[in-house]
Amino acid sequence: MSVEMVFAVTACALVGIGLYGLIVQPHPLRKLVAFNVMGTGVFVLFGALARRGAAAGMPADPVPQALLITAIVVAFAATAMTVALLVRLIESTDSASLTSEQPADDVGTK
Amino acid sequence: MDEATSTDGGLLLAAAVLLPFVAMLLGMAGGGRQVQRVALAVMPVGLAIAVGVAATWLDGSRPVVYLLGGWAPPLGIALRADGAAVAMLLTVAGVVCGIGVYALGDFATPRGSAETRTSFSYWLLLLAVWGSLNLVFVSGDLFTLYVALELLTFAGVPLVCLAGSGETLRAALRYLLFALGGSVLYLLGAVLLYGGYGTLDIPLLAGRVAAEPIAWTALALMTAGLLAKTALFPLHIWLPPAHGGAPAAASAVLSALVIKGSWFLVVRLWFDVMPGVVTLASAQLLGALGAGAILFGNAVALRQVRLKMLVAYSTVAQIGYLFLMFPLAFDAAAGRIADGLAFSGGLMHGISHAGAKSAMFMAAGSIYSALGHDRIADLAGVARALPMSTFAFGLGGISLVGLPPAGGFLAKWWLLSAAVGGAQWWWALVLLAGGLLTATYLFAVLSRALRAPAAPLLLRSSNSRWPRPARWVRARPKRPSAWTWA
Repeated sequence: MSVEMVFAVTACALVGIGLYGLIVQPHPLRKLVAFNVMGTGVFVLFGALARRGAAAGMPADPVPQALLITAIVVAFAATAMTVALLVRLIESTDSASLTSEQPADDVGTK
Repeated sequence: MDEATSTDGGLLLAAAVLLPFVAMLLGMAGGGRQVQRVALAVMPVGLAIAVGVAATWLDGSRPVVYLLGGWAPPLGIALRADGAAVAMLLTVAGVVCGIGVYALGDFATPRGSAETRTSFSYWLLLLAVWGSLNLVFVSGDLFTLYVALELLTFAGVPLVCLAGSGETLRAALRYLLFALGGSVLYLLGAVLLYGGYGTLDIPLLAGRVAAEPIAWTALALMTAGLLAKTALFPLHIWLPPAHGGAPAAASAVLSALVIKGSWFLVVRLWFDVMPGVVTLASAQLLGALGAGAILFGNAVALRQVRLKMLVAYSTVAQIGYLFLMFPLAFDAAAGRIADGLAFSGGLMHGISHAGAKSAMFMAAGSIYSALGHDRIADLAGVARALPMSTFAFGLGGISLVGLPPAGGFLAKWWLLSAAVGGAQWWWALVLLAGGLLTATYLFAVLSRALRAPAAPLLLRSSNSRWPRPARWVRARPKRPSAWTWA
């Protein structure tokens, strides 16, 4: 198995595990971890793709590296925001459940 | 497309994106009392910039382009505004200005009153939504679009939970998790495209992309991710509690504008990036999901007890119409998606829905703040007590039903013509059934509002007979901008 193949299979596995977790896990914190696993899979794939520049005679393609850093920062910001929301939710309702106790018709105050 | 330099007026595109963000930073530095002044001051400027972009585009009759730092793609990043982007820029600028005037009623901090965090956040987030949307419309490459989408999500989610109650926090968290899943799928698709074709610039990519497995996979992943963000049936479950629970001025932003960002990106992908990659089956599937949204959303809207939830479910249904343009624009003979009547109809629907839905949410908000509730069964007498709000609600509804002379009529007419002209009659049936269902819940609300109340209506707030002017300015669903590109 070539190095590229190892990276590709790892990325596929991470994305698959993450997507499964994001859909199946009911707890928001687990969903968040799953999102991060899935994101890591995408980053691995993107990093491995940078090797493609080698075909054009360059040591590597620098563009994926630059985009990757941005994507990681965005994912980090998203994670921080989700955690902040989750903490607020737990503080105000004493539960982290995403399913509401009241029927959807009564949601909202205003 | 060869573009070595920016076109005349290209700098306006950068200004359209930067202005709201600069205003947001100024407002953040200025504090709660200054932020609304900054926001209201930049609104006319932003509108003028949008008009300027439109004038430049009409003048040159080709896309307005701005190359950041003078570097041409694939090395640099380009901002581009074609007809669709110009139409959306104008729509968003107009609707934001209208919502801004309305929001003065809920989120103003008059001299002498204490600053509140809710008002402070609202104005900052409104500006952030505006800037992110402008970036979505003018971005020329798929990665900038990813960042713009994330900015839009980060600005939209806190708008849901401005009230801070547990129920709205839960709705916001659910929305955020859906959006995060969607964005990671979108990014995966973009990465695959970069791996396959070595560029993310839209015109360059459109020239290189071919109908092969990697393009299909990327398109499927990106579309699925964007559908979760747009809340197309059956991924709509986060939308009604999020949009129905937010304060009215925030619901109007979310329902009229924020969902249009990810929808516009689907349009970009299908029409501009991969018109030859999409297949008849995939276009029909997107249309079928749209039809499901129209029938399900309207049917559930009929069962709603509260006015704001009814309007939120009506958004679920109206999103369906936005996706009917894909099968209708598919040219089966050429095996590709093509600009035409269906494209104009879909875009027109996006524009008229932005006006109509913001008007309906703001009217519902006025009714709520005047009555202290928005139970549809107890609306008797509202038409007499709040004539302008009821009128705005009715006008918005007329546009959604598709009665002339509203913008919604023109949109439905074009979509219907495309359905009949393209021999796809089943979409025409869906369009007509959706219009009937919409009319049913509109009349269910209006007939109750027009009824004489059993007991004299007690108004909680001193809402005057002639309320804030914004409500009825925004209520006119037909706007001249819609004609410029038609």
